[in-house]
Amino acid sequence: MYAQMIKTAGTGVKSPEEMTDQERAFQARIDADEKIEPKDWMPDDYRATLIRQIGQHAHSEIVGQLPEGNWITRAPTLERKAILLAKVQDEAGHGLYLYCAAETLGISRDELTEDLLSGKMKYSSIFNYPTLNWADMGAVGWLVDGAAIMNQVPLQRTSFGPYSRAMVRICKEESFHQRQGYDIMMKMCQGTEEQKQMAQDAMNRTWFPALMMFGPSDKDSVHSTQSMAWKIKINTNDELRQKFVDQTVPQAEYLGLTIPDENVKLNKKTGHYDYSEPDWSEFFEVIKGNGPCNTERLNARNKAWDDGKWVRDGLLAHARKKAARKASAKTAAE
Amino acid sequence: MADKLNKNDALFQFLLRLGDNTLVLGHRVSEWCGHSPVLEEDIALANTALDMIGQTQFWLGLAGEVEGKGRTADNLAFLRDVWDFRNLLLVEQPNGDFGQTMMRQFLFDAWHSIMLGRLMKSSDQRIADIAEKASKEVAYHLERSADTVAGLGDGTEESHAKMQTALDLLWPYIGEMFVGDEVDAEMVKAGVAPDPASLRDEYDALVGRVLADATLTTPDSKFAHKGGKTGMRHSEHLGHILTQMQWLQRAYPGATW
Ligand SMILES: [Fe+2]
Ligand SMILES: [Fe+2]
Repeated sequence: MYAQMIKTAGTGVKSPEEMTDQERAFQARIDADEKIEPKDWMPDDYRATLIRQIGQHAHSEIVGQLPEGNWITRAPTLERKAILLAKVQDEAGHGLYLYCAAETLGISRDELTEDLLSGKMKYSSIFNYPTLNWADMGAVGWLVDGAAIMNQVPLQRTSFGPYSRAMVRICKEESFHQRQGYDIMMKMCQGTEEQKQMAQDAMNRTWFPALMMFGPSDKDSVHSTQSMAWKIKINTNDELRQKFVDQTVPQAEYLGLTIPDENVKLNKKTGHYDYSEPDWSEFFEVIKGNGPCNTERLNARNKAWDDGKWVRDGLLAHARKKAARKASAKTAAE
Repeated sequence: MADKLNKNDALFQFLLRLGDNTLVLGHRVSEWCGHSPVLEEDIALANTALDMIGQTQFWLGLAGEVEGKGRTADNLAFLRDVWDFRNLLLVEQPNGDFGQTMMRQFLFDAWHSIMLGRLMKSSDQRIADIAEKASKEVAYHLERSADTVAGLGDGTEESHAKMQTALDLLWPYIGEMFVGDEVDAEMVKAGVAPDPASLRDEYDALVGRVLADATLTTPDSKFAHKGGKTGMRHSEHLGHILTQMQWLQRAYPGATW
C-alpha cells in the first residue's frame, strides 16, 4: 500500500469518559458511518494523521511514475507504449486528486512537496526498487497496483469525505492497471524461454517488496487502533497482506511462475496460504534511505523541481501581468 | 528514391512522414514522464505523447497496408533503421530544458494542425478520416503549447531569455516543413495532400501571433536544415532514439509482447 507506517498522532484511543463533548460527538458521527467534511470540526490529531497519510499516498503516486517511466521509451510495441503512458499519466492524476484532498485539511501542495524533497515525508518503500526488464512492467501492475488496491478498496469507506471520494476514483483506475499488468505477465509467460526468464526474474525481485508494502504487523499497535477507531485505517496490515497472498498465489500458479518462498502453501485448517515474512531488516533499511534506488528517486524529484523553478516562476509572473493588464483595461473602460 | 516513383510508393512515403513525425516526437515527449516542472505538466506531456503514439498507430498502420508487404505499424516502428525514417529533423532534436521542449512542440503543433486541416479534405478517405480524428487532439496540443510559449516568453526575464534561446536554436528546423519533393508532387497531383509550400503563409501568421504575445523576436534567417523527411541525412540523435525504442524487438526477434 502507498501509505506505510503512518505514525498516528496522539496517545491512543481515548475512552468516552476521557473525551470532550466535541470529541464524543465526532466519534459518534464516525461510528454512525457519517463522512467528515473539511469544514466540520475534527480533533487536531485526526487532521495531522490524515495529512501524513494522504500526503504520503500522494507522494507515492508521484515517485511511482519513475520506475515505470523507466520503460516508456523502451516499450516493445506501440500498444504497450500507449498503455504504459496512460498508466503513468493516471498515477500523476492520482497524485493530483490526493494533494487536493490534503489541501482541504489546510496544507498546500507546495508544502507537502517540500517535505517530500527534503526527505522529511516518505513515500512507499516499493518505489525504491529498480525495474530491470520489461516483465517488471507486468509485475508492477499485477503485484504493486494489486497490493495497493487491497488497501485502497476498503479506504473508499474511510471517514474523511474528500479522501474517500478520491479513493473511489482512484480504485477504478488501479484495478484497470492491475489487469493490464497481469496481461503483460501472461504474454511473457506464454512467450519464448527468454521472456519466461524475464517474468520469473521480475517475480523473484518483486514478491517480498510487494509483501513489505503492507508494513510490519500492527495488530498490537496503539497507533493503528486509534486510526482504525477514526476509520482512516480499515484493516490491519496482516489482514491485508494475507488477503493479497490468497489472491496472488493462484494467479501465479496460473501463469506458471514460482513464488520465491518455499513456505507458500495452502493451509487446510485456516483456508489461507501460509507464507514467510519478508526480511523486515531490509524494509527498515529502505525506509531509512538505504534501498537500491532511494537516492536516485529523490534526486530525480529534486532535479525536476529545481530545474522547473524558472518555469513555475515564469508562468506565475505571466498570470500576474495578464491579470494586471485585464484590471487596467477594465478601469480604462469605466 | 527511384526515378519511377509511382503513386503507391509516394503514398507509402507520405504516410511514413506523418507517422514517423508523431512516433519520434511522441518518444521525445515521453522522456519527460515524471520529470517535469509541475504535476499538471507531467499529466499534459504524457497525454500529448499518448495522443501522438495513437496517431502513429493509424498512420503507420495505413502505411503498411498501402505498401502491401504485410508489415504492421509495429514492424515499421521497431524494425526500420535510421535511413528509412521520414520524420522532420525538428522532432528528433533533444528535449533540452522544458522551454526548448515546449518551443519544439509549438513549432510542430502549428504546422501539424494546419496540415491535418488540409488532409481532412484529402481525396483518400482513409487519410481524411485519420486527419479528422487527429486534428481534434492536435488542436488541444496547439492550444497548450502556444499558451506555454506565450506565457514563458512574457513571464520573467529569465524565462523570456530561455524561450528566445530555444526559438533561435530551433528556427532553422522549420523550413523543412515547407520544402516539397517528388513525393509531395505526386500527392498534390492525386489530390491526397497539399503542396507543403502552400502552408507557409498560414503558418507564419499563426506563429507570428503567438511569438508576438510571447514578446519574442522572430529570427531573420530563412536558412533551413533538411534531410529528415527525405531520409537523406538525419541528425545523430535519431540513431540513439532508435537504440532505445527498438531494443526489445531487436534483441528478441520474433517474440510477441
Ligand atoms: Fe495510482
Ligand atoms: Fe496504478
